[in-house]
Amino acid sequence: MLVASFVTLAFLALPVIAVFARVPPSKLVSQLGNPVVTDALLVSLKTTLAAQALILVLGTPTAVILARRFRGREALVTLVELPLVLPPAVAGLGLLAALGRTGLLHTSIPFTQTAVVLAVAFVASPLYVRSAIAAFEAVDANVVAASRTLGAGPVRTFFRVVLPLARAGLASGAALAFARGLGEFGATIMFAGSLRGVTQTLPLAVYSEFDVDFDVALAVSALLIVVSAALLVTLKWLPSLSTSRFRFAASS
Amino acid sequence: MAALTLDISLPLRSFELALGLHVERTVALVGPSGAGKTSVLRVIAGLSRARGRVALDDEAWLDTAMGIDRRPEERRVGLVFQEYALFPHLSVRANVAYAGKARVDELLERFHIAHVADARPGALSGGERQRVALARALAREPAVLLLDEPFAALDAHTKAQVRSELHELLRELALPTLLVTHDYEDAAALADEVGVIVDGTLRQLASPAELVARPADAFVASFTGANLLHGVATPADGLTEVRLGSGERVFSTDDATGEVGVVVYPWEIAVSREPTHDSPLNVVRGDVGSVFEVGNRVRVRIGPVTAEVTSSSVERLELERGGVAYATFKATGTRLVSL
Repeated sequence: MLVASFVTLAFLALPVIAVFARVPPSKLVSQLGNPVVTDALLVSLKTTLAAQALILVLGTPTAVILARRFRGREALVTLVELPLVLPPAVAGLGLLAALGRTGLLHTSIPFTQTAVVLAVAFVASPLYVRSAIAAFEAVDANVVAASRTLGAGPVRTFFRVVLPLARAGLASGAALAFARGLGEFGATIMFAGSLRGVTQTLPLAVYSEFDVDFDVALAVSALLIVVSAALLVTLKWLPSLSTSRFRFAASS
Repeated sequence: MAALTLDISLPLRSFELALGLHVERTVALVGPSGAGKTSVLRVIAGLSRARGRVALDDEAWLDTAMGIDRRPEERRVGLVFQEYALFPHLSVRANVAYAGKARVDELLERFHIAHVADARPGALSGGERQRVALARALAREPAVLLLDEPFAALDAHTKAQVRSELHELLRELALPTLLVTHDYEDAAALADEVGVIVDGTLRQLASPAELVARPADAFVASFTGANLLHGVATPADGLTEVRLGSGERVFSTDDATGEVGVVVYPWEIAVSREPTHDSPLNVVRGDVGSVFEVGNRVRVRIGPVTAEVTSSSVERLELERGGVAYATFKATGTRLVSL
């Protein structure tokens, strides 16, 4: 058992260590100034943030509705979760078939930055919406009812009671969706291509650089590892933040 | 004084709840859990749907015939939830100020929660939470007070104290108040009128004394058992002596001092025509009042208490003809509750 767990941990850690071990850190940092890297970083930041905004603005009300009990709810939740299990390449192809020039809706979105945003939003949204549904479901219905009997309408109740109580769950869902969006590859390359400075995000840059300049690919990979690890740590830290604020604030 | 009237029906899991009530002072609804008591409060507050009419004087909150159904925030109710439903992310002060800031400091003082004003509800004791819930509901300036199982979330010791505080408060507020509880003693201690509700139907609505003396059916008889007498308690020889309003003295093995309620169940009381002189027994002398059959038993009113006896005892003691009789009960079967 001990051996098995050692093998597992080593297997999981080795690729991460290898990325950093292969090239000295100073070189990794200097490669970050490479125009391919800065272009990809800019595209990644813009598209991931835009997709994140889209997910939050549209996903939150969707989650509020889906947290209620009604007939057909399970079917709708399954629909929302579908992109989670769909192979990303299939998601990209689906987006092309739906929004391509010859697709269902005949748009000119494919291979633009908008396409990257949509691909990322499509693939990452279930992580946020699922977590948000769970967070809204966990809000005590009596506390919401209390707000109403105390004279607050549905809107005031949502912003003063429901949203603050669901906050930790919403934040962790958002962080998960952000991490997933940042690493998006398959759907993006199918639907948006890999045009440097337009649709080439960091993961796409890793792919296109690794047979051109392996060190650049490594530098980008190292950057993605650091950001992902930071997001993961934030995620672990979020729930403890909310509990300490709600349960032990009296001592302060 | 304002009055709340309701005449509602709503389908519950296995039965239809139908209820008509006129609430001017404190009315308690008692019944086993699952009888639909909480649903009544939710309908009045606008949190659950029902058919019928709910009105404060002539201001209709719900009138399905007229198409009126005001939203919860437009009904002036102060609803205190069973588990209080305080806002866990807000301080005590912010909880109380949620509905209105005007009287916050006064309410924090009134309910002795000023010292925990900056704490969050999670850090409070059960009794403190209940006071916060009451203060928060009253900050809304409600026209009607609704209390859902006000003691269910409290331990026995806290409950006694909270009950006497609540009794005081309800008298002071003089608001139409509807409280629901599964505990008949709580209802009898706090309410002017008690309604017994079983499977969605109001079996009987009467004063606590009337319920004990003339229960509508066997269920009401078994559920609303206790006599409740008022008196002043003083310690005496390891027992507690209570001087009743009538001047008579009874003893209890419970500890108490000051104003108390004396609780005795009718089936703990024996009836005789001659006084007994057994020292461990309490004896109350009185005229035989109503004699009322409940199934195979008979409830007999003797002065201030109601006893439950067999019909053969009624015949043997010729209770039907009235006259003086003696009700005797043990000190161990005499319980004292705070009022």
